[in-house]
Amino acid sequence: MSIHHDHDHPHAPPPDADADLSYYQVLELAVTSLLTQKQVFSADEMRRQIEAMDARHPGLGGKLVARAWVDPAYKARALQDGSAAAREIGLEVGPLKLIVVENTPDVHNLVVCTLCSCYPRMLLGLPPDWYKSRAYRSRAVREPRAVLREFGTEIPEEIEVRVHDSTADMRYLVLPRRPAGTDGWSEDRLAALATRDSMVGVAVAGAGQS
Amino acid sequence: MTDAVPARFAPGDRVTVRQAHPPGHLRTPFYARGASGVIERLCGAFANPEELAFNRPGLPAQPLYRVRFRQADLWDDYAGPARDTIEIEIYQHWLEAAP
Repeated sequence: MSIHHDHDHPHAPPPDADADLSYYQVLELAVTSLLTQKQVFSADEMRRQIEAMDARHPGLGGKLVARAWVDPAYKARALQDGSAAAREIGLEVGPLKLIVVENTPDVHNLVVCTLCSCYPRMLLGLPPDWYKSRAYRSRAVREPRAVLREFGTEIPEEIEVRVHDSTADMRYLVLPRRPAGTDGWSEDRLAALATRDSMVGVAVAGAGQS
Repeated sequence: MTDAVPARFAPGDRVTVRQAHPPGHLRTPFYARGASGVIERLCGAFANPEELAFNRPGLPAQPLYRVRFRQADLWDDYAGPARDTIEIEIYQHWLEAAP
């Protein structure tokens, strides 16, 4: 079949992916236009904020994880005060109150926000769609091991699964276990193993690497 | 924050979440109400979100704790091993000392 769309039978154009606006989308547009008309902020200021937030990515959290893997004293500080540890290595986290939770041979941590979609955006960027879904939010607290299995992550029964429901002011970052066979690796190379999913806890670091 | 309620609980204390259903904007999940757990840490004091939601100052600030529950204490039919836990952030005014 040709990549050009030049066949001879007529058909309707494919539908747009846009659905009708929901009540809350209309409300958001109305509030946004009021705020810009009243010059509380400009459209350009809002655009720049969105652009800055969209530019954040899991590589930032990965830097913190890699430093914690190579520097035990840093890891201890990160477990004590996650926000201060992020700032210490030059990560701008704003007002974020970060708690770093460590996976160990005895505990596997999993993060969820059942009430909305709280997520350490300053260090991981925007959350994936599944993180915001009602299915993940309700099931991660009730049957975490079944949810983990669907992500391809089997946690043995002798390891405690500890779920963190970010219901209020704190945000959570999982410090995954350092993969075996990575002795002597540079921090940059290690950081690439700390994937988004491993820092949410639905996967282990380096999963899928050979 | 200077205008804060003093913290009543310390790590290791056993607490019960109030079984209450007031209207409004609440950050205490339904599934934890009435359940007992153990204080894992004090996170600090924060303006009460139930007041902030209505554009009120939310002061004095409420101590916020992370409370660790056994999954088996939250769900009668929890399928995983007894060692599995969940930690939830809960404000002090939702907590009572457990026997």
